[in-house]
Amino acid sequence: MTKTRNKSQIQRRLIPSYIFLIIWSFISVFPLFWMITAATNNTVDVARGKIWFGDQAAVNFANLLKQSATKNGGTLWGSMGNSFLYASVQTILCLFICSLAGYGFELYHDKAKDKLFAILLLAMMVPQVATMIPLFKLISSMKLLNTVWGFILPAISTPFMIMMFRQNSRNFPPDIMEAARIDGLNEFAIFFRMYLPVMRSTYAAAAVITFMSAWNAYLWPKVVMNSDTARTMPMLIANLASGYTTDYGVLMMGVLFCSIPTMVIFFVLQKQFAEGITGAVK
Amino acid sequence: MSKDIEETNSYLLLKGGFPLKNTKKGMNVQKKQQAAGWIFLAPASIMIFIMSFYPMFHAFIMSLQTGSLANMKFLPETGKSIFFNYTWMFSDKVFTRSIFVTFLYLIIEVPIMLVLAMLLAQILNNRDLRCRGLFRTMVFLPCATSLVSYSLIFKSLFATNGLINDVLLKLGWISSNINWLGTTSTARGVIIVALIWRWTGYNMVFFLAGLQNIEYSVYEAAKIDGANGWQTFWKITAPLLKPTIVMTGIMSINGTLQLFDESMNLTKGGPAQTTETMSHYIYDAAWQNHSFGYASAMSFLIFIMVAILSLINLKVGDSRD
Repeated sequence: MTKTRNKSQIQRRLIPSYIFLIIWSFISVFPLFWMITAATNNTVDVARGKIWFGDQAAVNFANLLKQSATKNGGTLWGSMGNSFLYASVQTILCLFICSLAGYGFELYHDKAKDKLFAILLLAMMVPQVATMIPLFKLISSMKLLNTVWGFILPAISTPFMIMMFRQNSRNFPPDIMEAARIDGLNEFAIFFRMYLPVMRSTYAAAAVITFMSAWNAYLWPKVVMNSDTARTMPMLIANLASGYTTDYGVLMMGVLFCSIPTMVIFFVLQKQFAEGITGAVK
Repeated sequence: MSKDIEETNSYLLLKGGFPLKNTKKGMNVQKKQQAAGWIFLAPASIMIFIMSFYPMFHAFIMSLQTGSLANMKFLPETGKSIFFNYTWMFSDKVFTRSIFVTFLYLIIEVPIMLVLAMLLAQILNNRDLRCRGLFRTMVFLPCATSLVSYSLIFKSLFATNGLINDVLLKLGWISSNINWLGTTSTARGVIIVALIWRWTGYNMVFFLAGLQNIEYSVYEAAKIDGANGWQTFWKITAPLLKPTIVMTGIMSINGTLQLFDESMNLTKGGPAQTTETMSHYIYDAAWQNHSFGYASAMSFLIFIMVAILSLINLKVGDSRD
């Protein structure tokens, strides 16, 4: 009896917390809910303030297809495919290169390597806007404009990712390495056969945030992808909004398309996502 | 080096493996491992040097130059002082305003966001709370949207014929539509609101992770000692969370100083460039006006600001230990 009363007392004391959480959750979710409903209404209804689902989704989608088709061969599916291609290739290469480095920095560490690591961390302070002009020159001199390589090269090695793998490598027991060496595995085999499987969860977290940040990248693709056929999804929807009159239904359909992959990842792999963003801080 | 070999030898002996009979062979194993370590970290390190440090250095050189991308000349060759770009930017009213605007966003948005994030984390860390997972997911949800996406959503919500005006009109709080994005003060306000919306949940995750590292028994002990919630927060939670606060502070300052997507897509810098951030102005200087030398000089200034603010933040974080 006293226990239940205690419990209800605790819950009563939490009422302000619940109210605050409900208000903030509503603020958080509402714009996204509105984005989805707006994608199913025509622009007049959206402007009139309708916030429930309509029946214009197919019309909006057809218009989205029409508006994203450009003279130079850009299409909705093309941009979608580009975004998937760039983000996937970047994720695979970034994970490979950065996990190798994190592994090397942590498990083979000595004074020189620690110093080098401290220097690499300084790259975190380098603003993207500062390197965009020299990088554009570099990428264009390599004839890599409008290619997947032009998109990914500046982003496949980041101090954040190296740090994340380095921190998480502390959980990798060095005894395994010694045992593997005695069994005659060479250093590279140890990485591929021992380290990779053990560090699965770190890889998953790293993959989620790398894919998300590659999918969402905007400044760099805007600099380096100047052909419509190489355009990414964020570039496509930004263009939709830049006309004189905006069809909100179509625009929100575009935003929805750009958000579906990241939303799916968010809901399916939320734990890995949260681990990913806090991963380097442990 | 030789100590390491001894250690390796004794370790191998202990493990019952083959002992390294002579030091020469030990050297080889040791050297091989050393080399492997360097090979592992080489690709990533080289890429950072090529894609971050070299461009930064190149940007500094370009900041002393003028001309088109294909034909950059050092400023003295055109009869100007070598630091002309740097002196020019401080008489460039639009650029100094973009510095002001960026810092305005920073000073208003970052404290509000971090306090909200900490408050939410504090609430969500309570074990007696029901539906914690659901609340956490909803608070965290804005992070699933790309910067361009949420900018466009907020642009549509705050449009003159957008939902916010509709609701306010229906509630009778305003008598006619407000031109949110066409007025300087409200447009800046919308950007700040949007930033808080997008990043509070993100920072909350860091605080939640930090809070979960604090043992629950510490709080129980405080409760037994008669500490109230406020005292518990300032005497226990805040000091233990200090590394997280410093970290989120550095990230938020760094991110806000580089703000680009929101300025570009939410307001297009308007009205009349009064909501334009530094990065947006630099982007336009480079790709619209083709003033690459000038853009490089301005971007170098951002680099210096980021570096100084990060160092201050780290120092402040240290000195309280």
